[in-house]
Amino acid sequence: MPEASAWNAERAREIIAEYTGLEGPMLPILHALQEEFGYINKDAVPLIADVLNLTRAEVHGVVTFYHDFRHEPCGHHLLQLCRGEACQSVGSEGLAATVLGKLGVGWRGTTADGELTVEPVYCLGLCATSPSALLDGEPLGRLDAGKITEALEEACGP
Amino acid sequence: MTRVFVPKDVAALAVGANKVAAKIAAEARARGLSIEIVRTGSRGLFFLEPLIEVETAQGRIGYGPVSPADVASLFDSDFVTGGAHALRIGKPEDHPFLASQTRLTFARCGIIDPLSLADYEAHDGWKGLKRAIAIGPQAIVAEVTKSGLRGRGGAGFPTGIKWKTVADTQADRKYVVCNFDEGDSGTFADRMIGEGDPFALIEGMTICGIGVGATKGYVYCRSEYPHAGKTFSEAIRIAREAGFLGPNILGSGYAFELELRMGAGAYVCGEETALLDSLEGKRGIVRAKPPLPAHKGLFAKPTVINNVLSLVAVPTVLDRGADFYAGFGFGRSRGTMPIQIAGNVRYGGLYETAFGLTLGEIVDTVGGGTLSGRPVRSVQCGGPLGAYFPRALFDTPFDYEAFAARDGLIGHGGIVVFDDTVDMAQMARFAMEFCAIESCGKCTPCRIGSTRGVEVIDRVLAGVKPAENMALLEDLCNTMKFGSLCALGGFAPYPVMSAVRHFREDFTPRVLAAAE
Repeated sequence: MPEASAWNAERAREIIAEYTGLEGPMLPILHALQEEFGYINKDAVPLIADVLNLTRAEVHGVVTFYHDFRHEPCGHHLLQLCRGEACQSVGSEGLAATVLGKLGVGWRGTTADGELTVEPVYCLGLCATSPSALLDGEPLGRLDAGKITEALEEACGP
Repeated sequence: MTRVFVPKDVAALAVGANKVAAKIAAEARARGLSIEIVRTGSRGLFFLEPLIEVETAQGRIGYGPVSPADVASLFDSDFVTGGAHALRIGKPEDHPFLASQTRLTFARCGIIDPLSLADYEAHDGWKGLKRAIAIGPQAIVAEVTKSGLRGRGGAGFPTGIKWKTVADTQADRKYVVCNFDEGDSGTFADRMIGEGDPFALIEGMTICGIGVGATKGYVYCRSEYPHAGKTFSEAIRIAREAGFLGPNILGSGYAFELELRMGAGAYVCGEETALLDSLEGKRGIVRAKPPLPAHKGLFAKPTVINNVLSLVAVPTVLDRGADFYAGFGFGRSRGTMPIQIAGNVRYGGLYETAFGLTLGEIVDTVGGGTLSGRPVRSVQCGGPLGAYFPRALFDTPFDYEAFAARDGLIGHGGIVVFDDTVDMAQMARFAMEFCAIESCGKCTPCRIGSTRGVEVIDRVLAGVKPAENMALLEDLCNTMKFGSLCALGGFAPYPVMSAVRHFREDFTPRVLAAAE
């Protein structure tokens, strides 16, 4: 996963300016900010509000509505485990409990060393090769505990 | 040079298709063989993925599921000329899973290079658009209406009527919006099109734009589909450069421009009015109807909002005619439906067929029963808001009205199979939990009811006044069903009530088990 840059208001202003020509630029702006910084810094809210002529409350409302937008940086790696019914039909809930237990984190938690964040996701469209997950955006299917451990070791080191 | 086809559909990647492709390239180099690897979408036979194909004198021959460890032995067996091997499945189109399908919407998927305009044209691409330009807007809408095509997103609303409403509404600007927010668990048809045949969606939307007089289209793709988003935005760029999008499409004088927008992980944005608010840059909150999006949709302009599969069916309707398309189907459900067979199933994948197959035929005959080999106990049809069907209802034909008559819905065509280890009370609880997580919060029955639903089920399972709480759960479901503003709160009772009705034995208190 590409390393996110540290928060920088000047850079944020530049990013916001790139999208102001679009109709309904809010989501593209938020995605671009998260891509750059890894999360939506609360200081981005007044910058967006100012440019889009909205109140800070309106912008805050949008940022907090969508599950994708993080309010703080996540770990160096991101594991998104699917909790959809198709994955549940082949044991994803038990698998998730094993993985979370082994890492010592809850949903949306980050390991103590800051290496890995685990998020739930509700369907990746990999429902005929379940259980499935995304690790740093790369798909994994027909998962079991061994395969997840192997993939995590490959990404994060043992 | 021999062409070898390796899917880059994300489901194939999830089970190692990239490693297989790299291994094939390396092995060919080591053996001094000249091969070209073409990356395609998926045929939809996910139980055989990674399914590779090779172009031979007898046609394309498939091998699957291939792991990197199999590659050397494939070369040893001379697979580049279609040689015998334990993984050889013969011609994919002769495989029973494909041979019994009627592929109209998915005719090209898994066969062509999704970003090759030459491939697309060689497989009947743009024929629908060319005919649409020739016959003009009114005839386009008439043709779609006559085909009997109904919205494939779930509601089954007649597509032609929606288009006519927008066409008849006067405005300085109109929009076509494609709902690519395929959030239902057990569905992947839209994703397969986005990754495997993106020009077909561009063609369908352009035809719609010409038909209703819209000049701008948006595709709203869920963020859980990053690979589809990437392929589709590349397809837009290629189509624009070739003149299939832009101010003067193929020199016809019609203008149509297309833009891809990514969602941000909110399931409710698959509801059309929440999607429109999200596109406008707001919280994805459901709007009250009326006004209909066809009158006041995106930015308060007349808007056609259709699912990917509805729009991708359109080029076929235009190219081969309304009567051809309407010739398939059952009752008022015309044409074909890409059924997505998923979950604990032996032969999972995409199965496009005319409406009318029974649920039992789909699950037992096509799907081959469970992957675990245990008996099928329950099947959820139509996503997280769809009903659970027991074996006793396996004679239900796959058709909008037949499913509705049995308190179910076909939705977007997803079917998730569960074996006899499933705990239906937990599945009912999950439906309420999911609704609580994803509720947009606008209406009380959905926002509060879903949270109360989880609590009521927990009380039943904890043995707290179980009979009274079961009655309360039913009452709550009725409140949500009839009092919610949209299908999220309105349909969440389907999985819950179907679980209660057909699997009541699972709703027994667990106090004793928990105490042990």
